Amino acid sequence: MPKMNIIQAVNDALRLEMERDSRIVIMGEDVGKFGGVFRATQGLQEQFGESRVFDTPLSEGGIVGAAVGLAMSGLRPVPEIQFADFIFPGFDHIVSEIAKMRYRSGGQYPCPIVIRTPYGGGIRGGHYHSQSPEAYFIHTPGLKVVVPSDPYEAKGLLIASIRDDNPVIFFEPKRVYREARGEVPEEAYEVELGKAKIAREGSDVTMIAYGSMLHWTLAAAEEAQEQDGISCEVVNLRTLMPFDVEAVTESAKKTGRVVIVHEAPKTCGFGAELSATINERALLYLEAPIYRVTGMDTPFPYTLEHDYLPNVKRIRKALRKSVSF
Amino acid sequence: MRLCRRIARGRPAGYNPQRMKDEMIQILRPDGKLEKGRKVSDIDNSALVEMYRCMLLNRRVDERMTKMQRQGRIGFYIGSVGEEAAIIGSAMALEKSDWIVPCYREFGAGLVRGYPLYSYFCHLFGNDEDPMKGRQMPNHWSNRDLRLTSISSPVGTQIPQAVGLAMGVKIQGGKEVTLVYFGDGATSQGDFHVAANFAGVYSAPVILLCRNNQWAISVPQERQTASKSFAVKAQAYGFEGLRVDGNDPLAVYQTTRKAARKAREGGGPTLIEAVTYRQGAHSTSDDPRAYRDDAEVEKWMQRDPLRRMKSFLIRRKLWSEKKDQALEEEFAGLIQEALIEAEKVGKPPIDEIFSDVYDVVPWHLREQKQELLELD
Repeated sequence: MPKMNIIQAVNDALRLEMERDSRIVIMGEDVGKFGGVFRATQGLQEQFGESRVFDTPLSEGGIVGAAVGLAMSGLRPVPEIQFADFIFPGFDHIVSEIAKMRYRSGGQYPCPIVIRTPYGGGIRGGHYHSQSPEAYFIHTPGLKVVVPSDPYEAKGLLIASIRDDNPVIFFEPKRVYREARGEVPEEAYEVELGKAKIAREGSDVTMIAYGSMLHWTLAAAEEAQEQDGISCEVVNLRTLMPFDVEAVTESAKKTGRVVIVHEAPKTCGFGAELSATINERALLYLEAPIYRVTGMDTPFPYTLEHDYLPNVKRIRKALRKSVSF
Repeated sequence: MRLCRRIARGRPAGYNPQRMKDEMIQILRPDGKLEKGRKVSDIDNSALVEMYRCMLLNRRVDERMTKMQRQGRIGFYIGSVGEEAAIIGSAMALEKSDWIVPCYREFGAGLVRGYPLYSYFCHLFGNDEDPMKGRQMPNHWSNRDLRLTSISSPVGTQIPQAVGLAMGVKIQGGKEVTLVYFGDGATSQGDFHVAANFAGVYSAPVILLCRNNQWAISVPQERQTASKSFAVKAQAYGFEGLRVDGNDPLAVYQTTRKAARKAREGGGPTLIEAVTYRQGAHSTSDDPRAYRDDAEVEKWMQRDPLRRMKSFLIRRKLWSEKKDQALEEEFAGLIQEALIEAEKVGKPPIDEIFSDVYDVVPWHLREQKQELLELD
């Protein structure tokens, strides 16, 4: 099996799907000849031509707005938004149009669009190249929200998203775009949407994470086992909407203690929803409050980003707090 | 100081509708006579009569539905009284396979395509036979079979979508043209400019039809732009902008027809500004007497598109008062009949809150539905 990084896995998924289905088109800023600022679409214009892989004017509102029309015409657009921080000029088209199109037309106009966008901090990107805006989209009925953490998931989840008939916001963890390497099957395969993966089995505390934070969560679990003797189970969500409620609830019931890790700000972050859901379903199993280790409720800082972001130290502190409650 | 005065008056220096009058395409004069040197082309007699029929039906439906709202039988209504020529003249200029991307004021385009009155009324009631399943407020209809796209309330969002649709047709080697409607107010949205830019860059087979009815609720057209017209904006995006008398159905028809032919032959987009007037309120929630003079409304009623078309047809011996009377009776019957049937239909079931959010209802929506059903 070939080894790939996430960029290569995304590229591979796009190539295979475009070979399979001629309705798939890629659009965005710099995605054509240049192959994207992160190179995720490298070589695709060359292979599929300028009508299927095309650069757009520099306008996220235009990219997303036009994608709606492309979908109406029978195509399956996979637009790239260069950074998740730049998605907001297209926000109206995502929340008011794409998300509601099937519903408001009584099912006449499904909107099969996958918006790929790199998200997250830790790359010296400051406010506008670091944010994690997933909660806005999870909060919008009609969208699916998917976040892979490694190359295997990136390829399988992207293929599943492209084949799905619903609009999907596909957040790519750019902090580990190249660092996270792993074996990826050569052929096309799907990682089922809506299903989590138990990334590590354990018995004392359940940790829930997704995307790049999964790697720090796993590292913290390793250290907690070795240094504090805490056995952690780690649930890797993969899909945030709709999320795998059974995997989350079962693990919470099993360990009785839950720590949620995400980069996005704490207030109304996805951790709040997870916490509320676990309370509704497993309250009597819980031995401690559910703790959240998250980004701060501040704009994303440049110089002090590693203090802002969850790290192994902060996660381990939350674990100790949970087991000693 | 001078600038302050100008702002206070609310009329930017560049904007001058009077000066633009000469640059407006006209075929029919307000009295229904042909303008000097103009002729009727590219349309046969039966289509001319059909055009009038659609315009009259549109008017009568609007009047009746506004009354229905006043009686509390429907929740809301948006009419297009006075704008029928701009809407129906342009929609008739297309082939049935062409796409129409409307906003909420163009049910006339739906009538041109044969949108059934019964189905429309079911939508206005939001009942179980509403194709939109009671999810959208009145005037947010759609019909994919008739190539009429879905309508939203935020103004201007349909314009980049229409350009994308036209791009998509072109990518797939289709010959269909896309016509998108929007008002003068929508040209102030970023979406208009984004869309015009995309249309120009990709030479999309799209017609941008700005139905300039001069009022965006209470804000007059001169507060939407300092350009000398709306049509002139096309220049900046590298394509043709035309200004047409929007109360002249033949001028609108022929101008749209030319734009459609150009688009079909690979000539790219056209912006058409159809200068018309919103004779009625913005919607049933609006009272225009609070912000504009009756005299202005009266002036525009003298330029009413229906009267103009009717006089023209009578002059051409294609129509008569007697036929008109018969048609009025026919329409009154049609509307009444469809309305009675539509009003009998009940509400959609609770299921319809939860279906069509996704292709398959996910676990959390199944749970929420169950909770709602358990109340009974």
